[in-house]
Amino acid sequence: MPAPYDLNDDSVAVIVGSGAGGGTLGTQLALKGIDTVILEAGSRHETEDFINDEWDSFGQLAWKDKRTTSGDWQVAKDFPNLPAWIVKAVGGSTTHWAGASLRIQEHEFKTLTNYGAIEGANLLDWPIDLKEMEPWYAMAEDRMGVTRTNGIPGLPGNNNFKVLEAGAKKIGYKEVHTGRMAINSEPRDDRASCLQIGFCFQGCKSGAKWSTLVSEIPKGEETGRLEVRPDSQVLRIEHDASGKVTGVVYADKDGKEHVQKARIVAVAGNSIESPRLLLNSQSSMFPDGLANSSGQVGRNYMRHTTGSVYATFDKPVHMYRGTTMAGIVQDEARHDTSRGFAGGYEFETLSLGLPFMAAFLDPGKWGRDFSSAMDEYRNMAGLWIVGEDMPREKNRITLSDSDKDAFGMPVANVNFDDHPNDTAMRNHAYQQGSAIYDAVGAVRTIHTPPYPSTHNLGTNRMSEKPEDGVVNRFGQTHDIPNLFVSDGSQFTTGAAENPTLTIVALALRQADHIAGRMASGEL
Amino acid sequence: MAEVMGRAAPNRRSFLKGGAGLLAMTIMPSGLIVGQAWSQMPQATKPETFATLVQMSRDTYPHAMIEDKYYAVAVDILDQAARASEGDLAMLEDGVAKLNDAARTKHDKDYAAVVSDDDRAAILKAMESDPFFQKIRSNLVVGLYNQKELWPMFGYEGASADKGGYIERGFDDIDWL
Repeated sequence: MPAPYDLNDDSVAVIVGSGAGGGTLGTQLALKGIDTVILEAGSRHETEDFINDEWDSFGQLAWKDKRTTSGDWQVAKDFPNLPAWIVKAVGGSTTHWAGASLRIQEHEFKTLTNYGAIEGANLLDWPIDLKEMEPWYAMAEDRMGVTRTNGIPGLPGNNNFKVLEAGAKKIGYKEVHTGRMAINSEPRDDRASCLQIGFCFQGCKSGAKWSTLVSEIPKGEETGRLEVRPDSQVLRIEHDASGKVTGVVYADKDGKEHVQKARIVAVAGNSIESPRLLLNSQSSMFPDGLANSSGQVGRNYMRHTTGSVYATFDKPVHMYRGTTMAGIVQDEARHDTSRGFAGGYEFETLSLGLPFMAAFLDPGKWGRDFSSAMDEYRNMAGLWIVGEDMPREKNRITLSDSDKDAFGMPVANVNFDDHPNDTAMRNHAYQQGSAIYDAVGAVRTIHTPPYPSTHNLGTNRMSEKPEDGVVNRFGQTHDIPNLFVSDGSQFTTGAAENPTLTIVALALRQADHIAGRMASGEL
Repeated sequence: MAEVMGRAAPNRRSFLKGGAGLLAMTIMPSGLIVGQAWSQMPQATKPETFATLVQMSRDTYPHAMIEDKYYAVAVDILDQAARASEGDLAMLEDGVAKLNDAARTKHDKDYAAVVSDDDRAAILKAMESDPFFQKIRSNLVVGLYNQKELWPMFGYEGASADKGGYIERGFDDIDWL
């Protein structure tokens, strides 16, 4: 049956969200001949619609629906209603991401085994390992066109990278390069190669950067078995007396509610909305929300130990020219407790335009100390720290007691307290980051606190045993056989690597699994 | 009000950065000199209040290279909101009154007439938890730094896709490492 699908067609796979998880899963299911509907809360903006202007683009793409925050993390103080910078649009956060495509390391799949139990942390081994993931990583890297794989050359280094590289090498770092990036360094897969536009975060206007919007969804739609329905915000998931999900309630762009029936439902709304949806789907049969017999839905929220170091020099850098994430230093991504913490972190270049630098360099700071740094904008280089933060049961998404959204549904509250391991890692990274830039003559280095989170993980985590998590090794919920999770909320732990490649690899693998189970009649 | 052409008092140099030649100025009763252009802009706030907010804005994010008119554009955002909201207007007027009180207590002058940059910054520091100060400050983050005309002064080149990106415009031209 070709797309578009009738609301009462209960033979369709329904996916909530069109990002790295949902967009990839939906495309892959369609390629396997399975009728699929992706319900996307946001609108559809194509490449030509993207805007090379930070605030205007934020207005166009960012998720701005209300959320609240609590806990001692600095984001709650600086950005109380913006815990995350993610996307509400077809393509999800793959329209916004920088393209860094790194595999999780072998030891990072087994943190409880390798780090031991850490007090105040809820560490757990993933029920899968690197060996099992390797073929899926390979498939994802080919699919996405990751540089330094599949014969694809690395991207050239921009000014910001050159500063990082020179400083890093001077202090003895060895694993320094322009990254494994899902950005074409030469034309590939009907997409152009990178023009070094420098507005990666605002949607790639050359098409060089992989996203589900430009690279997956069109392939799925071409089969006639994928319908992407934008401006469709899913509010609740419905189930029958046997405990199987039967469909979803969603609001269209006029706020009118509809029910789309479903054979299976896959939740891929990113790690704040996905658990929120499961919690908001509570019923008399499932008073704690769907798939929550473990109590872990919403818990173990991770956002990576992040922070930035910006350095000013006495000569120009023009760091904003070219790719935002233009290179990486990987030496610190190992597990080495002699540094004072478990797990590791990556250094990746980062650049902000002038408007966002004013907002994020040092939130709340004012006066000459701040403006004198801004005066040096053209002489600035910058990097971002991406480190493994600890899962904690109390770091969690819950439903707000007081605030409701436009449809009367309780909004999400994000509670987060830094674990001492996170703080120790961040401080080490700040110090090392300054050392990198000092080595090449930095006049001043600034330690920028974490931004609203762009990596959001762990809130419906994978576990071997049902009492420890929400989904099994295939992202199928322990409690409900035809309910799946397909986004980064599946991550058992966060690792030190950017999550998108793993989300895509898991989605490709999950599609295979779902297709197999459908063929055998189990789903 | 006397019209004064030409030089203002030494620390009012910033008011003259509006360009070559001499600007027509107006001296307010308090001794504050304001650019004539703003004193005639339709405003919700009193002209002296508006001018004080401009000085306060500059003191919050001081950039010698940025002319007053850019800070005035940012203040105008708040003034426009105050045209529609009595509460907003009161916050601005009361806030400036409080600022002037603090300045008179310490220096026997209204805020904008206090000569030393550091003295004015100290007055702001004492009220930095005040919602009024935070409103002025947070307004500037976007209201000042998002003015496209300012960007070249900082060396930010803005949109680039329409120019073919930076691949042939210096993305890797650093020469001093």
